Amino acid sequence: MKMTDKAGAVIIGGGVNGLGTAYHLAKKGYTDVVILEKSYICSGASGRNGGGIRQQWSSSENIKLAMESTKMFEELSDELEEDLEFIQGGYLVLAFTDDELEQFKENVALQRKMGLDTEYVSPEEAKEMVPQLNISKVKAATFNQSDGTVYPFPVVHGYARVLREAGVEIREHTEVLDIETSGDEIASVRTSDGKIKTDTVVNAAGGWSSDIADMVGVELPNKPYRHEIMVTEPFARFLEPMIISFHHGIYFSQSKHGNIVGGIGNPDEKEGINQRSSLWFMRTMAKTLVDFIPQFRSVNMLRQWAGLYDTTPDAQPIIGPVPEVRRFYQLNGFSGHGFMVSPVVDKVTAELILGETPSMDIERLSVERFEGMDLEQEYSVVG
Amino acid sequence: MTVTICRCEDITEEEIVEAIEDGYTELESLKRHLRLAMGQCQGKTCIPLTERILARKLGKGPDDMDEPTARPPSRQVSFGVLAGDEDDR
Repeated sequence: MKMTDKAGAVIIGGGVNGLGTAYHLAKKGYTDVVILEKSYICSGASGRNGGGIRQQWSSSENIKLAMESTKMFEELSDELEEDLEFIQGGYLVLAFTDDELEQFKENVALQRKMGLDTEYVSPEEAKEMVPQLNISKVKAATFNQSDGTVYPFPVVHGYARVLREAGVEIREHTEVLDIETSGDEIASVRTSDGKIKTDTVVNAAGGWSSDIADMVGVELPNKPYRHEIMVTEPFARFLEPMIISFHHGIYFSQSKHGNIVGGIGNPDEKEGINQRSSLWFMRTMAKTLVDFIPQFRSVNMLRQWAGLYDTTPDAQPIIGPVPEVRRFYQLNGFSGHGFMVSPVVDKVTAELILGETPSMDIERLSVERFEGMDLEQEYSVVG
Repeated sequence: MTVTICRCEDITEEEIVEAIEDGYTELESLKRHLRLAMGQCQGKTCIPLTERILARKLGKGPDDMDEPTARPPSRQVSFGVLAGDEDDR
């Protein structure tokens, strides 16, 4: 196959956000795009996450992004003609400390003000929803029915299929080595497989996005951190909502196939590119899970793996242009929730590339917010 | 004749060939696309078989195929055992 050596836009990263942006461009008839992926599509965090779709956040930006994206996920199965296994079984968020209770009050007030119908739930009501749940230490919970889970692979592979059919080139196993500039404009992207002339680059490289920005002298505050996750054998579905606790750093849900999928964060995790599995995770996950649902003792763990959170100081993504280099769009720093907010940020990125007015105001997500501005910290990160 | 390659997830040779033709030309992406090797056997049966189908389609030798990353635990273990419950040992 003849490789393109010139493109209207080069997208770095073959994950949900890179392919999603190309998808929204293609929907508007713009297909002069090359996607570069240094491994295979969906090899990074897009294929390593728990598929959670949550709108219950503490910062207004994340709530806004997640609310609009959830609406878009509701339509996406039909649009891609794929079974994305999108189940809106809700998120049951458990509070275990008084500090959490206070934070949850603020979260629910803000969410309701923004039109999200999150409700307070007593421990007893939580047990009605999930009779197997151990509520002995649960102080309260919040619940939102329209939160849920999606199966990540068909989303990303669905985008890839539509893009290939539209003639968009997706180059796997092609690593970006350098981005060449002329003044404050992008001239070309040099890869492990030749050079592509372009004036537009989207940095959707997840855990590697700071390295990509570095190539044009743009400093991003994102740092990669390993987060581990596991799946059990499948069994009859009994668990409707995703259950999460910020206090424990745990999340788990039951997929359409019946497997429990979940993860727990290690507070001592060191910064860096590390996607190996640990014994700490296996044991901690097992202990915490059987504490939450004692019947899980007899359930078998099938497989564990790890992926990277591309983490920003305020746990909110970096979207849009940068002051130093023209047409260098950021689409990174998702801090562990890049899949669930992807539909709307990808749509907006496509609009920015085409010079259209963004359908959602994303100015507060610019990288410039880190220069002296007061940051609105996101507290509700899990996993 | 239908040849079943992955019994855990019920995947046939035909489906694998179709996926390869759709651009899933390595074991890691075939796995994610078809759920191959994600079932109870963790790929012990289907991976060597798929490796041969893929090698044949790509005109390569089975040893030229990259194996998917092995994920612990290599066989199923209950949470009771992993959590260290005495009565499960």
